[in-house]
Amino acid sequence: MSGLHNLLAHEVVEGIKEGLFTAEEYVSTVIKTIEDVESKLNSFITLDTERALSSAKLIDRKIKENEDIGYLGGVAVGIKDNISTKDIRTTCASKMLEDYVPSYDATVIRNLKQNGAIILGKLNLDEFGMGSTTEYSRYHPTHNPWNLDYVPGGSSGGCGAAVAAGECTVSLGSDTGGSIRCPASFCSVVGLKPTYGRVSRYGLISYANSLEQIGPICRSVKDIVLIMNIISGKDNSDNTSMSSSQITINNKLDKFDIAIVKELINGGDHGVTGTIYSTSDKFKEIGCTCDEISIKNLHYALPSYYTLASAEASSNLARYDNIRYGFHLPIEEYKWDTYFSNVRKNFGEEVKRRILIGSYVLSSGYYSKYYLKARSLRSLLKLELLKLFKKYDLLIGPTMPILPFKFGEKIDDPIKMYLVDINTVIANLAGIPAISLPVGFSNGLPIGLQMMAAPFEEQKLIDVSYALEKTINIQRRPSLT
Amino acid sequence: MSLVMIGLEIHAQITVLETKLFCSCRGNYRDLRPNTNICETCCGLPGTLPIINKKAIEYSTMTSIALGCKVPDKIMFYRKNYFYPDLPKNFQITQYNVYGFSSIGVEGSFELDDSKKIRISRIQLEEDPGRINYLEGDMNVRNSALIDYNRAGVALIEIVTEPDFTNPKEVRLFLNKLSLTLEHLGVCNTLMEGSVRCDVNVSMKGGNKVEIKNINSFKEVEKAINYEITRQTSMYNRNIKIESETRHWDDKKKITYKSRSKEEEHDYRYFPEPDIPIIVLGHNFVSNLKVHMPELPSQRFDRFVSKYKLSEHISDILINDKKLADFFESTLKIYFSPVEIANFLITEFKSMIEYDSDSTDYLRNMKVKPEHIAELVKMIEGNKISRITAKDILVKIFESGLLPSEIVNNTNSFKIADEKILMDAVESVFDTEKSAVEDAKTNHETINFLLGKVMKFTNGRADPKITMRLINNKLKKPNA
Repeated sequence: MSGLHNLLAHEVVEGIKEGLFTAEEYVSTVIKTIEDVESKLNSFITLDTERALSSAKLIDRKIKENEDIGYLGGVAVGIKDNISTKDIRTTCASKMLEDYVPSYDATVIRNLKQNGAIILGKLNLDEFGMGSTTEYSRYHPTHNPWNLDYVPGGSSGGCGAAVAAGECTVSLGSDTGGSIRCPASFCSVVGLKPTYGRVSRYGLISYANSLEQIGPICRSVKDIVLIMNIISGKDNSDNTSMSSSQITINNKLDKFDIAIVKELINGGDHGVTGTIYSTSDKFKEIGCTCDEISIKNLHYALPSYYTLASAEASSNLARYDNIRYGFHLPIEEYKWDTYFSNVRKNFGEEVKRRILIGSYVLSSGYYSKYYLKARSLRSLLKLELLKLFKKYDLLIGPTMPILPFKFGEKIDDPIKMYLVDINTVIANLAGIPAISLPVGFSNGLPIGLQMMAAPFEEQKLIDVSYALEKTINIQRRPSLT
Repeated sequence: MSLVMIGLEIHAQITVLETKLFCSCRGNYRDLRPNTNICETCCGLPGTLPIINKKAIEYSTMTSIALGCKVPDKIMFYRKNYFYPDLPKNFQITQYNVYGFSSIGVEGSFELDDSKKIRISRIQLEEDPGRINYLEGDMNVRNSALIDYNRAGVALIEIVTEPDFTNPKEVRLFLNKLSLTLEHLGVCNTLMEGSVRCDVNVSMKGGNKVEIKNINSFKEVEKAINYEITRQTSMYNRNIKIESETRHWDDKKKITYKSRSKEEEHDYRYFPEPDIPIIVLGHNFVSNLKVHMPELPSQRFDRFVSKYKLSEHISDILINDKKLADFFESTLKIYFSPVEIANFLITEFKSMIEYDSDSTDYLRNMKVKPEHIAELVKMIEGNKISRITAKDILVKIFESGLLPSEIVNNTNSFKIADEKILMDAVESVFDTEKSAVEDAKTNHETINFLLGKVMKFTNGRADPKITMRLINNKLKKPNA
């Protein structure tokens, strides 16, 4: 059966349940797609197709025996390679974890498996999630399925590309400063960064703990809801997780007050700006109001983000010393006094840069000058946003102020690269939910609309996204043949 | 040389906890094969998160209260970053007093004696690292070291004092009182191997501070300080400048030696632990704990003196050995005669157990139980047996675990109060000790000698009171 890889997750589950096709047929089609396009895209770091096929057979057996297959029964899922999967190598796209096979499943993986999902493999990213293009992956960059010369966004670039190209039906990414939304935007798929604490981080390999969340990258809003309801909730293994109510798909939309944030849209690429403005007209069509407002403290966001994220990263990544796990290393060359510095040379350049920055801003004498100041600015920004959310249901703008760009275009200039995240880091600093929804193309390259809501107001994001998705009928599948 | 300033940094494991500070591995890692008491979290595997043990917060709060510290309404944890192979995450989750937040206890004071208090600067809750087993030889020459993470993540209370001690004796007194307090609170069994460790800083005449690390038992602390004072004094006398440095205590050679210089240059880059949100204790937490927490040694002392009418001296002896004091009170529940039981325990009883007191469970493993002592004392008070017999019976209880009444019946060792039998004994002693009898007529002390002989003759069973009367009466008779 061809075309099964194009189905949405809820269609897959229904199809298997109704006996339209078997899980094995569907998973085989997805694997065939991977075989066809993976050499062009390089979405995966590790594939686990054999186990995926036997899991599919298990689902089919359950169907035969009239057993429950779960909300995600048979759905082929790709996992960003910084989320721990028991018995599947988890590298973070780093040399430092080249041979690391986790002994446990992240909470989200346990949830997926309990609901019948099939883990296909581990998806590419920038090393430890640090980057916006996947160019910092130890295992070569992933290519944008809409134009192979262009970056897919990052750091969850493998997720964005694989979902867009049908190499998996849904995927889980992580978002520390935009890492779900950026590739969602660049690959024309939907990506949600949940409220901080809505999804357990247990098993997510930390880059910056206070900022990051695991979230879904899918081809439709409905699938986002399906995944969110499975991975959300209070987890006793994560002190920062909280319980939340289920999200639903509503066909009727409340009248929402929406505001375009000037700072997010001004100065962006013209194609992007134009598309966002014309999308904002659609809000009126679906019965919402749309103002334009300004966020005063926005210019502090990026420096604050990079200070805090690097500080946390410098400490989180300290554990990679290759003593307990890591990669093959002939031990003879190393001496007690030089062991740590020698082994840690194996990080990539961008990771080293952030460890250095982070160590610097935390060192005595600079702590209050940088780290503490960044924290204050973060609170300031959060307060301002929460105040705005008393007036507006959603704050919107382009997810990325620019279109996808070519490989190598920004890699030589870290500051240019950091500026790419300017619109996305806000939600991480404030701990609020944000979604990126595909809303159009410019020069054949995708454009994403970013919407942010108050903490735990994911339902509002979903309501508006679902209404817009129906209104704006955009092309969802890149042609890769 | 005068003006010695000594400060302490004590690490005490919360040995009472079932589990480690941030995971559910066992708190007691002792006697386990290396690396069998570990999990993803305490090994610091990527993606794991710490889950705080709430009991650890309670015990560290009780310790803070006992040491007169203020306990804040909110606490938070910090990361202390440094590389060491026994530290699975290469940072330690600990506490830090800065920027408006404090550790679980601050600004305390602990009474040493009536005239002196030691200020406590802070108490913090933190995780223990694993252990490195160095193979023979110098650190830089050895080819390998073995790491055991069984201990990694065990809950530790760090107690930091101000440099208020002026001599090693005060330090010893403090550590004894502290051990007793920790034991009374049930926080730490200080006799368990490695459960308490101490870093000491010593400075003299306002000179540079020398820190001594690695003192692995309270017993060694006094020796290390004495060594360090001697070392610094001799340097001072020879006009050699005392550098601010870190030294280690070698408990085999009993000397301090200079550590590699690198350890002094640490910048720990403390910052708030993002994976443990701020913990709000609230006002009621401390007041509730105060009500429910175990009795402190000083409170117990007061109670022993006022309720049991024990002398301060005897109360002190009992309380300084918590297990003995507990044993005492268990005995009272069976037979209430505090003064007699206390006396018996701190003399006859204690003399028999003292040599074995290094073992942690010396009272629990003994065959002698409070029931035995209660019955024994009751028999003494009821004049059923003599004190000397009681001592013999105690030896037999230690061996057999039989009840005193059983032993008395088996050995027929009730006190002899029958005057006829006693008179026979007195007369036969008078027959063999003729010169002593003569002497006794003028010298009172010799009467005691004769009494002793009668006691011996009767295997200690003679009632001393009656025997004494009989001896005196017989001496007064002209033909004696």
